[in-house]
Amino acid sequence: STCLCKRTLNRIICCYFTIYDVYDIIISGGGMVGTAMACSVGFDPNLQGSKILLLEAGSKKEMDKAPDVYSTRVSSISPGSATLLSLGAWDHIVNLRCKPYQKMQVWDACSDALITFDKENLQDEMAYVVENDVIVAALTKQLHALSDQVEVQYRTKVVKYTWPRPYHAVTSIPWVKVTLADGRTLKTKLLIGADGSNSMVRREAGIPTVKWNYDQSAVVAVLHLSEPTENNVAWQRFLPTGPIAMLPLSDRESSLVWSTSHQHAEELLQMDEESFVDAINSAFWSNENQSELVEAAGSLFRAALSFLMPDGTSTRQLPPSVAGVGPKSRVMFPLGMGHASEYIRHRVALIGDAAHRVHPLAGQGANLGFGDVSCLARVLSQAAFNGKDLGEMQHLLEYETERQRHNLPMMAATDLMKRLYSTNAAPMVLLRTLGIQATNALPPLKEQIIAYASK
Amino acid sequence: MYCNTFGRFACRVFRESRFQCPMNKGQGTMSKRLATWTSCKHYKQFLERHLSNLKFMGVATRLVQHVRTVSHSTLDPAEVRKFQAMANKWWDLQGDFAALHSLNDLRVPFIRDNLLNVHSVHPISKPLAGLRILDVGCGGGLLTEPLGRLGAVVLGIDPVEDNVRIAELHASHDPVLQDHVQYRACTLEELADEEEEHFDAVLASEVLEHLADLDTFIHCCHCVLKPGGSLFITTINRTQLSYVSSIVLAEWLLRIVPGGTHDWDKFITPVELERLLESSGFCVESLRGMFYNPACGAWSWQKSTAVNYALHALKQRAEPQQDHIQPESDGLDASAHTDGPHQYNIRTAGRDTHTHTT
Repeated sequence: STCLCKRTLNRIICCYFTIYDVYDIIISGGGMVGTAMACSVGFDPNLQGSKILLLEAGSKKEMDKAPDVYSTRVSSISPGSATLLSLGAWDHIVNLRCKPYQKMQVWDACSDALITFDKENLQDEMAYVVENDVIVAALTKQLHALSDQVEVQYRTKVVKYTWPRPYHAVTSIPWVKVTLADGRTLKTKLLIGADGSNSMVRREAGIPTVKWNYDQSAVVAVLHLSEPTENNVAWQRFLPTGPIAMLPLSDRESSLVWSTSHQHAEELLQMDEESFVDAINSAFWSNENQSELVEAAGSLFRAALSFLMPDGTSTRQLPPSVAGVGPKSRVMFPLGMGHASEYIRHRVALIGDAAHRVHPLAGQGANLGFGDVSCLARVLSQAAFNGKDLGEMQHLLEYETERQRHNLPMMAATDLMKRLYSTNAAPMVLLRTLGIQATNALPPLKEQIIAYASK
Repeated sequence: MYCNTFGRFACRVFRESRFQCPMNKGQGTMSKRLATWTSCKHYKQFLERHLSNLKFMGVATRLVQHVRTVSHSTLDPAEVRKFQAMANKWWDLQGDFAALHSLNDLRVPFIRDNLLNVHSVHPISKPLAGLRILDVGCGGGLLTEPLGRLGAVVLGIDPVEDNVRIAELHASHDPVLQDHVQYRACTLEELADEEEEHFDAVLASEVLEHLADLDTFIHCCHCVLKPGGSLFITTINRTQLSYVSSIVLAEWLLRIVPGGTHDWDKFITPVELERLLESSGFCVESLRGMFYNPACGAWSWQKSTAVNYALHALKQRAEPQQDHIQPESDGLDASAHTDGPHQYNIRTAGRDTHTHTT
């Protein structure tokens, strides 16, 4: 009877404090990475029975079939990310629309140096080009199948986060409090911030961020090719103003990502379609930036390499020519680099762009985010199996260490590449020319690069 | 190893407690009523902190306090006060109890995996669902809470009221724990009278090295366990190495633990413990050594039981069918732990004595 009395009193206290509103995990931000995180924890067997909530400020993105027009924002999805998404969402993506490619050619505008990456027998995919909308729609559809595990609230804006008090204030509520625009307050044991590069979670947690703006904007568009082609190659050329890249979408269409100065980007947006197409074609094809000195040194080095390693040189191929641009598909956005010095706090973890933001030249932005999702999901699963409080620092530190160790070198390399290729001063051009040619001649090194980028 | 300190104090407290478990049934009711009033008293204190309008009967609490102080006991009030002063620090993960928190990395999987091997398959997300566990000397609930999250119904007992209060407060915020975890300020002897053959598992983690009377303690564990139930013990060995690490290093040199905390004579070797358990109707299933690295604050399994060790024993069932447990144990113990080869088992075929190096 004492037990009954105690339980009744417990219930009264519970109702008084409405502690039944405590979620195990709240994910703030329903973009690609946030929704992928919700799917991963929803699927995890050790987290069955946990109360999980995804908060998204926008509306639900559903897509029964791929629209006729390609959307502008696309991502290059590595095989590692595809494995993560293969928890159901990948099937939806394949059914909607995606384009694998087997080869990548990267070359310089200031010299003849080039490097090609390809899987040995051209059978395996190097990566997949998928529209961002397709990824989100596929993940949303997968979440629908998990509606028992994961609750989703769309059109829900967060106005405030309140952090838990330290241990010795034993009478205070130890959870993170999330205050919504409609006045409701939710409590959670773990808050995952997936709210993009201007993350409110990161800002309000006071996590210092190293960030700077590149003086560049990216112009993205959908391109119509002159003639149908197999289109299984990704092309990227480093111009003095910035890299221009063409990613395959289908036999007749490709996606453009052109990083250039703010002024030039605005000019590109203002141009009529014909001038824009000409600008793209000449950016890929013209050789006006090459100096004789560099050309001479480059060809000498190439001759030496072909003597030492006959298989180590590649002939330069030209990307397909562009005939038109998708209507109203030209968009520009500014580029910058950002890295949160800490990915975690007590009961808080950052994933995706909230933790790190990179230049698109390496096509790694989305993949780093998916890598964060897969690591954090694994860490939380193990913590739940060990009966731990999900917001405890110990396993969150494991996540932070592992991901920072992977992300920082990638971001440093991307930043270095960007800076290296932002000049056409002869010494730098010579250095990078020789470097690229040497790397191209060493298949083991190229395999390492591909392996690292494919995770 | 200061992870042992407060468990030790706590259990010396209950071991030498003024509440000796009355063995005959007539007094059983009295102790039950006293325990009831004790629970109500703690509940009163808990509620008063939150809801100042609720009042409970004050007479009984005074009666309880009076009864507690009158019984004979070797309880040292200074030690109890010391624990009470430290009670608020239980849940500081970087504080004095940090090593106890990190010990959960070993003992929770150890308990979970061995229980999973003994009992039938449970839903993965709540692997211990349906099991009743008793955590003796629970302190602030460091071990009780993880097992509650894994689905077990856990009762944590500790003679230090402040510890129980802190544990209850900490668990009160989490609705999942409210359904699975309960605390009582009492001793094992009191409980043994009420809750015979009630629990699937008993945990005595960092407790044994404080007890003056191990025999009675093991006997009480035997009482409260169901037949075939599990007893989990983590404690310190009595070796030269443990003297060096626990006394010399931890107390004198590094001062991790206050001087005089450990009594090396009270440490128990695995062989002695095994002999005691066998004679009390237990069968030792597995024994594993543990190692604490003070530099990184992490525990790890090791082959040697020279300093710290963990032990799992099963209460033998009434029918004399000891043999059927042992062949299974080979397979069971091989899968009972996550990092394979460091464990060694003690076979207790009949009454054969055998030696093993530690």
